Amino acid sequence: MVGANNKPEETDQPEVMIEVSVWRGDAEAGGFRTYHVPSRQSQTVLDIVTYIQRNLDPELTYRFACRVGMCGSCGMTVNGKPRWTCRTHASQVISNGKLTIEPLRNMTKVKDLAVDMTPFFDKWVEAKGAFVPTKTRHDEIEAIKPDSKERRAADAAVECINCGVCYSACDVVAWKPDYLGPAAINRSWTLVNDPRDGAQAERLKVLASDAGCSNCHSHQSCATYCPNLLNPTRSIAGVKRRVMVAALKGEV
Amino acid sequence: MTALRIYMAQRISAMIMVPLVFMHLGMIIYAVQGGLSAEEILGRTRGSIFWACFYGLFVTAVSVHGAAGIRVIVTEMVSLRKGTADLLTYGIFLLLFVMGARAVVAVTMP
Amino acid sequence: MIRPHRNHPLWFAFIVHRLSGLALVIFLPMHFYVLGMALTNVDQLDSFLQWSNNPVSKAAEFGLVFLLAVHLFGGLRLLVLENFDWRDWQKSLAAASAGLAFVVAGGFLLNVV
Ligand code: SF4
Ligand code: SF4
Ligand code: FES
Repeated sequence: MVGANNKPEETDQPEVMIEVSVWRGDAEAGGFRTYHVPSRQSQTVLDIVTYIQRNLDPELTYRFACRVGMCGSCGMTVNGKPRWTCRTHASQVISNGKLTIEPLRNMTKVKDLAVDMTPFFDKWVEAKGAFVPTKTRHDEIEAIKPDSKERRAADAAVECINCGVCYSACDVVAWKPDYLGPAAINRSWTLVNDPRDGAQAERLKVLASDAGCSNCHSHQSCATYCPNLLNPTRSIAGVKRRVMVAALKGEV
Repeated sequence: MTALRIYMAQRISAMIMVPLVFMHLGMIIYAVQGGLSAEEILGRTRGSIFWACFYGLFVTAVSVHGAAGIRVIVTEMVSLRKGTADLLTYGIFLLLFVMGARAVVAVTMP
Repeated sequence: MIRPHRNHPLWFAFIVHRLSGLALVIFLPMHFYVLGMALTNVDQLDSFLQWSNNPVSKAAEFGLVFLLAVHLFGGLRLLVLENFDWRDWQKSLAAASAGLAFVVAGGFLLNVV
């Protein structure tokens, strides 16, 4: 096998090079720098970035951890679209032998390809994305039927890896920076469907607020790019129904 | 006005208008046959309580719907203070409502 | 404006809905103004209707009928999406709304000529 930074295994063929434009800079200023990276089989975009950092430009800053689509730290904008880079094959995204790699949109740049994800995670907290227990260890465990409507709604939304790809794809986040965004509301929706949770009223209030679900225009950019094939638009539609009913009852 | 109020006003006015727009489209396609004339239009609508209610409801709903829509578009493109956005919303509502009500009176008054 | 992340059918459905809505709101005051002529000056209304009986005006009216229909069907899709159980074929529904709008506007055109 060929590692991202290794020499190619066969040398009799002329090497195919990829022209990679990488955004370099920080929150104040920056621009593109071009690198030439040899093409490999089964090469991911993250492999390409790693190749550049190890062989061409050791000052390149980027973020990754698991390399297998678990941790959600490798999000970047590739040819204008937000993606998880560790599981995006270069062959799928290269066009005309070229690749453009930028930091994720809608987040402040820190350096090069690394962005500040603090506001993104703060919004999870704001949207009450943490479970609030109502029982103690001395109580019976509450049975949740796997095929109940609530359990299935939560199941459909729960496999989020916090990568920020949807947040970066969402125009409303760009237009209204206070908007909680697809990931936080999607997370919240799993808890709205958790009958054991004790913070439903407060959660619904936040979801009904000016930062909440009513900002969403259902254009499904979030769902289009979510690497885990989640559909935040569907979750937000569910939240909208709950909020609408609560508002008509005068609860929010 | 909260974002949720706007959202609900927009959706509820939309639901009201669904059947109205279907009928309006049907009327348009039916009425253009053989050309439009003031006589033909007014002959149908003048003195009709049905058309007065129909268009009255339509104008009210569309004024709410249009004002909400413009507010959303504008507040997404420029950041407005809440008071300014409210003023804009009421302004557009009033413009559409007053002009619309005048048109309804004009075509349905006996 | 069509940046790469926006290049997908449901974003187009969104922008069609937004622009058609905007165009309709801009059109409405003129529509109301013309109808309001019936209050003060029916002859003026009639001569306007006579004048508008030319191909260019009819093409514009075709456009307006299309805008209204596409906003109706697109809006109907959104109301169903938001208020009923989720359906995965949103792209087909969006395409169907555009198609139906063409049918309606086409029906208009067939009836004026
Ligand atoms: S559907 Fe809603 S959350 Fe998703 S990208 Fe569009 S506005 Fe953002
Ligand atoms: S919903 Fe999808 S795109 Fe958004 S943060 Fe979670 S995994 Fe990433
Ligand atoms: S590096 Fe962990 S998801 Fe890509």
